[in-house]
Amino acid sequence: MDTRLKIELRTSPHLKQAVTVEQIMRNVVYALLPVCAFAVFAFGISVLALLMVTTLTCVLGESLFCRLSGRPSTVNDWSIVITGLLLGLTLPPGFPLWMAAVAALVAVGLGKALFGGLGYNVMNPALVGRAFVQAAFPVAITTWTPAFLDKRFSEFIPSTLTVPFMQPPALGDWIEQARVDAFSGATPLALQKFEQISTPVSDLLTGMTAGSAGETSALIILAGGLYLAARRMMDWRIPLGVLLGAALTSLPFWLMDSVRYPDPLFVLFSGGLMLGAVFMASDMVASPVTPRGVWIYSLFIGVLTVIIRLFGGLTEGVMYAILLGNAISPLIATVTQPRVFGAAGKDPRA
Amino acid sequence: MGILNLLRRNTFEHGVHPQEHKELTCRLPIRRLPFAPTLIVPLAQHAGAPAVPLVKPGQEIVRGEPVARADGFVSVPMHAPATGVVDSIRLMPTARGPKTESIVINVYGGASQEVLYEAPRDVDSMTPDEIIQAVQDAGMVGLGGAAFPTHVKMKPPPEHKVDTLVVNGCECEPYLTCDHRLMLEQTDDLLSGIHIVMRALGVERAMIGVEDNKMDAVEAIAGRLADNSPVSVHAVKTKYPQGAEKMLIESLLGRRVPSGCFPSSVGAAVFNVSTLAQIGALLPKGHGVIERVVTVTGPGVRNPGNYLVPVGTPVRFLLEFAGSTPKANELILGGPMMGMSVASLDVPVTKAVSGMVVLEASDTELRDRNVQPCIRCAYCVEACPMHLNPSTLGLLAAKGEYETMAREFHLNDCFECGCCSYVCPANIPLVQYFRIAKAINREKAA
Repeated sequence: MDTRLKIELRTSPHLKQAVTVEQIMRNVVYALLPVCAFAVFAFGISVLALLMVTTLTCVLGESLFCRLSGRPSTVNDWSIVITGLLLGLTLPPGFPLWMAAVAALVAVGLGKALFGGLGYNVMNPALVGRAFVQAAFPVAITTWTPAFLDKRFSEFIPSTLTVPFMQPPALGDWIEQARVDAFSGATPLALQKFEQISTPVSDLLTGMTAGSAGETSALIILAGGLYLAARRMMDWRIPLGVLLGAALTSLPFWLMDSVRYPDPLFVLFSGGLMLGAVFMASDMVASPVTPRGVWIYSLFIGVLTVIIRLFGGLTEGVMYAILLGNAISPLIATVTQPRVFGAAGKDPRA
Repeated sequence: MGILNLLRRNTFEHGVHPQEHKELTCRLPIRRLPFAPTLIVPLAQHAGAPAVPLVKPGQEIVRGEPVARADGFVSVPMHAPATGVVDSIRLMPTARGPKTESIVINVYGGASQEVLYEAPRDVDSMTPDEIIQAVQDAGMVGLGGAAFPTHVKMKPPPEHKVDTLVVNGCECEPYLTCDHRLMLEQTDDLLSGIHIVMRALGVERAMIGVEDNKMDAVEAIAGRLADNSPVSVHAVKTKYPQGAEKMLIESLLGRRVPSGCFPSSVGAAVFNVSTLAQIGALLPKGHGVIERVVTVTGPGVRNPGNYLVPVGTPVRFLLEFAGSTPKANELILGGPMMGMSVASLDVPVTKAVSGMVVLEASDTELRDRNVQPCIRCAYCVEACPMHLNPSTLGLLAAKGEYETMAREFHLNDCFECGCCSYVCPANIPLVQYFRIAKAINREKAA
């Protein structure tokens, strides 16, 4: 009966776990969506436009660069959507859209395509894009607006719609005018650093502060991280290591001088540390592949963040800390190769 | 990690959890398969030197009669699986790929299943060396899949003091249930085999490791053990590759076989349950290995089951007996994680074939996706039971740096369990790369 049976020849293993690259990336997007939703809720249509511009530019840029380099399009693997969303989330809410588009092009071009696309980039592409605009547009990237303004769903922040290649208008007057309650435009980090005013941790957790679009609610970011860790689509050691490194580094300073230096809890929940620890330091491609290396890498990022925050000219240090962590991660992986089963035995290579 | 080691019980680090699919056959008792009209007995179906034929074309042979002798110590003889006449001795296809010198037997119609060629003896009065000789004479090889001559493992190097016989009843490969059935149905043969081998090895203790998805087998064995028995049975965690000997030794004894060493270096000798059950059944009668239990299963099979299959039965005969579905498109000898898919239905079942798994096209879809670049998710690093770094090894393999892989990244510790390829979300054929790398390194060394 089965004489015409056609069989295929393959090599073992003949079974395959169902998790794919696309699934991992798509789940990271799922975990980011609540963060995006809160960002839009807190800052209004300006952030909606910002996220759309960064994501669309990244997607278009990816397909353009794939075509230019003659590689099959990798837009479908969802990784570029993560880059777009993350980039938008790290920018100030009123960041001019044209500058956001530039940041996105740099992110996908310099951060990803130049190295050969997904899997080959040395650094987190979103942060490469952000680092570029930090240098190119120092004023716009440090211009913050208060959250929960009344007119946030009906009116753009004036700087959002800046004409391309023009400088955005100063926002001082607009903020004075729009502000109805106590929310200030200064970020908790700036308040702490320059005026020694500490923001309560409860506000940091729930996002009742100013800051970059997606960094304000530590709680929602943590929830996304827990989801990914539970699905084993993120290495839980990385956020834990970053936070641990940051807390342990800031502790002695706070003990020495609790007025001048922030307490460890404030360090953990303020600024972009949580967003960076959960969604950016944990970028699989740019972090070491070895379990011991992951600890070194993440602690390094935590320590560096606090050093930049406490002693640098900038209020925030997460971005540079992660980029530096990315840069040394191949080296870390090389020196932390896993110890092979039975290597500790006294009888090597009989 | 030290604390983790203390907390860990009856398992090893890393590994994977593929879907088991054992429910297809685990409740089906072992059934005898009729003789195929033609049997093909390859002379090299074990590790070591091929056997040397003792028969000529046209010669009549009786079921159980030796038809080929061992060629040296690391070699085993072959026995006639059925009464009939030798058709020819010629090159025939085998599952491994290259054609192999084989004895082709035309089975007499209505040939009896009874084995008439026997030499009963009192195993209890035999010395260890006589037992080891008898095991070789029976043509015994590792029936778990390795096909390494069993008697060789019974003579560990004198500098290694073996204290424990580790009995492997894990059956960690998905789909396969032949060892499970055998532990339930041939418990006494298994236990007498264990005692024979313990005596030959001169060990005081035997530990049977069974994955905890087969608690009925654990209970069946425990029910036959006396209170003060030197044999004990242990449920180990269901996790692939629990049945790899280094993994099982760690799970049961908490000892790690040093990299590049044999189990005897930590005082253990590992034997599969089906090997031991055959030793227990065959040695007292002086029989040779002429049949074995094979699990025929998978979505592509109409009547899955555990069959007692004469060695040399062509896969085609077995498949026709069990029936295949129209969508069957891959046929694997052994388990789906480490087994070989066959290129031809004319290859025979050999001593080490524990299963025939037939998959349909839909089962292999996931594996046919495009290969993507490594995203360094470290899934493979977390899966590798040997604690290698398959991610980096894969990148090196793609660049052809095979020597670096062996020198700096412990390529030769890989025993090709396939966990890395199984988990890889980018679908990189990691273990496949490593096989090529090892083969090329071997060629260069030769």
